[in-house]
Amino acid sequence: MAGLRKRSKITAYNDWGYLFVAPFVIVFLIFSVYPVLRTLYLSFTDLKVMGKSNFIGLDNYIRCAKDKFFWSALWNTVKIWVVNIVLQLGLAFLLMMVFSDVKYKMKGLKVFRLIYYLPNLIAATSISFLFKTLLDWRFGSFNIMLKAIYSFFGQTYNPINWIGEPNIAGNVVAVIQAWMWFGNSFLMLMAGVQGVSTDYFEAAAIDGAGRWTIFGKITLPLIKPIMEYVAITSLIGGLQMFDLPFLMIEKTNTAYNHVETVMMYLYKFGFTAGTQRTGYASAVAYMLFLIILVVSIVQLKLFQDKE
Amino acid sequence: MVGYHIKKALLYIALIILAAACMFPFLLMMVNATRSGSDIVTGFTLIPGKYLIENYRTTFKFFNMFKGMWNSLLVAVPATILSAYFSTMTAYGLAFYKFKGNSIVFGAILVFMMIPGQLSMIGFYQLVSKLHMVDTYWPLILPAIAAPGTVFFLRQYIQSSLSPSLIEAARIDGAMEIYSFHRIVIPIVSPALATMMIMGFIGNWNNYLMPMIILNTPSKLTLPVMMATMRASTDINSNYGAIYFAVAISIVPILIVFVCFSKYIISSISAGAVKE
Repeated sequence: MAGLRKRSKITAYNDWGYLFVAPFVIVFLIFSVYPVLRTLYLSFTDLKVMGKSNFIGLDNYIRCAKDKFFWSALWNTVKIWVVNIVLQLGLAFLLMMVFSDVKYKMKGLKVFRLIYYLPNLIAATSISFLFKTLLDWRFGSFNIMLKAIYSFFGQTYNPINWIGEPNIAGNVVAVIQAWMWFGNSFLMLMAGVQGVSTDYFEAAAIDGAGRWTIFGKITLPLIKPIMEYVAITSLIGGLQMFDLPFLMIEKTNTAYNHVETVMMYLYKFGFTAGTQRTGYASAVAYMLFLIILVVSIVQLKLFQDKE
Repeated sequence: MVGYHIKKALLYIALIILAAACMFPFLLMMVNATRSGSDIVTGFTLIPGKYLIENYRTTFKFFNMFKGMWNSLLVAVPATILSAYFSTMTAYGLAFYKFKGNSIVFGAILVFMMIPGQLSMIGFYQLVSKLHMVDTYWPLILPAIAAPGTVFFLRQYIQSSLSPSLIEAARIDGAMEIYSFHRIVIPIVSPALATMMIMGFIGNWNNYLMPMIILNTPSKLTLPVMMATMRASTDINSNYGAIYFAVAISIVPILIVFVCFSKYIISSISAGAVKE
């Protein structure tokens, strides 16, 4: 009898779990699950903006797969992302090497990491306007400064149109994106290195291991999971790139077609008056999702193979 | 040994150059915000000018940025508080109570952490317009109650830092579960909660795409969306000093947050890295 009563009391306590989770579940179903499923449904319809729509099966997906502008948007996104990620992770990795080096024992990590992280905090809108203005080819302070430096050395400087030249604009966006994010990646890598007691390093040093051996045998394996995590999250984020190119490169800009990302393409059909085709935009969203899924799986497999 | 010191010095110089590259654009911005448009387009200097007030007038004639900040606060503060409170509640429910569906909810959280936001964007807008919530702050605030990433993080934290005996002792004393949650759980998770709240606030404050889609009345725009309307003003666009001024004003609040809470911000990223 006593045992039974005790059990029913525990179940009663556990019922509180429903109450604690209920607000989350309700809001989650309404504002997260429903919209995702709704988008999926819409992707099979020919809905324009509002009003009636017909079920058209996979037509939107086929049209998207056939649209060369979709693929050029994807290609632009990938190009920007590659430059961005190489700079961002490369710089973060170098900094991690410098600050975890057993020979030089660099000081000032706390101050430097604050400064390196600073650009990551500022809204992309502000960053976009700041650089758009700084990099203007005629009136931007950057070109004016370069001109002054060139003329100081008796040279003439032909102003580069940083955000108007098709071959340059995408790279400029990528560099700014890397500038915004390398501090974040660096902090994450450092967290991985510092997660281990310094005894490890000292013991290895006493055993006569050289600094490169220590780096290769201790530091690298330690940060590998974090490298994977940073690579995958930045890939997912990178393929969704929007704010920076959208605000910096306007439609009238000659470089626009070389910088339009998949998200900008989606925005054009999803939310821009005049070109709005909601059903098609939904299909684009799912196409992008499938691509992200495939690439992340491939990336995970690649990391696993190396083990 | 001399080579060692020279190399070390070179490394420091490289680090300082990188640090300068991080701050230089902001320095230029501050200086240019005090110069006149015609000075900026003709010459380069790091000496502040005398046009601060003038630039302020040009900028605020087009839009009231303080109103934008106020609007951003109206969205970011409730969203951050709701997210913190309900995420802790959910995390505690998932970590401590064995009930049917617990693992389903947790599984859904994991799945939705991986799903990129653009998948729900169109369906979300359709829902919002059906609920007649377009051009209101509700669609920007209410979804904060269900933040999968925050719940995941706090669940891990509760599992590692809250001992079940504390709750059981409270039960023996006759405390209600909800009382235990408020008086025991929340104080214990508060360090983790503080970091989550600061990052959540900054994320909400900087958010651009969603508010841009949802809001359209000029007086309701949050700061980033308001900033973006600057493209339409000929007065501002013909005066670079005003552009720099507007950008500078938009950055100041976040800089203040950063100066006050940098310790929490840095630790939240490190914590996220180790947890994942």
